Amino acid sequence: MIEKAKVARQFIEAIPHAKALGMRLTEIGEGVAVIELPYDTRLIGDPKTGVIHGGAVSAVMDTCCGAAVMSHKSAPGGTATIDLRIDYMRAATPGQTITTTATCYHITRNVAFVRATAVDENTDIPVATASGSFTVETRF
Amino acid sequence: MSQTHHDPAQVVKQRRDAALRALVEGVPYAQFLGIAFDRRGDELTAQLNFNDNLIGNPFLPAIHGGVTAAFLEVTSIITLSWSFLWPAIEAGEVDPDLMAKGELPRLPKTIDFTVDYLRSGRPRDAYARATVSRSGRRYASVRVEAWQDHREKLFAQAAGHFLMPQQPAKD
Repeated sequence: MIEKAKVARQFIEAIPHAKALGMRLTEIGEGVAVIELPYDTRLIGDPKTGVIHGGAVSAVMDTCCGAAVMSHKSAPGGTATIDLRIDYMRAATPGQTITTTATCYHITRNVAFVRATAVDENTDIPVATASGSFTVETRF
Repeated sequence: MSQTHHDPAQVVKQRRDAALRALVEGVPYAQFLGIAFDRRGDELTAQLNFNDNLIGNPFLPAIHGGVTAAFLEVTSIITLSWSFLWPAIEAGEVDPDLMAKGELPRLPKTIDFTVDYLRSGRPRDAYARATVSRSGRRYASVRVEAWQDHREKLFAQAAGHFLMPQQPAKD
């Protein structure tokens, strides 16, 4: 399974938009992925408060869910999002890194089901949670 | 047609366009993605200007699903904001000149957002239009559709709920 995690890591790290956002893949394997998004003023959604835009949180959640799918032992190749729902619990604290953890909790020949959580330095209450379904591709 | 007098309607249009531009340019993340808005009266169309940083799958290549989600969310928030700012500008309650100078109103906050990915986003410009299904004092429901080459051939659609900005109590 180390090989699978390695391939998934290479794939995620090659994504131009993941690089543009400054995402860091910190953990991957067995259907679980952890990606960090350091605070960046370019990603601000509300200039009055300096809070990161929900869209940037969506982008990390989506990437993290995809990484979790690809690292699952039953996933033969790449994946694409079918649908993704995000619930925003609270604003991320300006200046803090956002950490997302995604788990691929079920996978069939065609569909992978994923849940994810995003927190900042306060890990008690999530910034956002996500749930989605993804395609299961035989190739990348 | 007099060339020596300003057309008041044209001046009004320019002030409203400047207010919209200020609203959009006031959101750094919209600039980061390369999103601009086109206005026809109260109808807005968002445009995502393609660049290589928006790629999610370099093998296809396709636009990142997160970019699509973000584009739809930005379109929803700006369209929803414009839906209450437009009548406020019309009624003289909001000064578009002050908005253009950077006095921006509070924006709605996303409660939840659900995206359907219908086909992969091709590496080229994309467009989106949002519809405010319901807008109350506290909550709003918004639907949004995105397309590329053909208006009828959507590559993504989404629906979300938003918390409306609360007006400070007047003294």
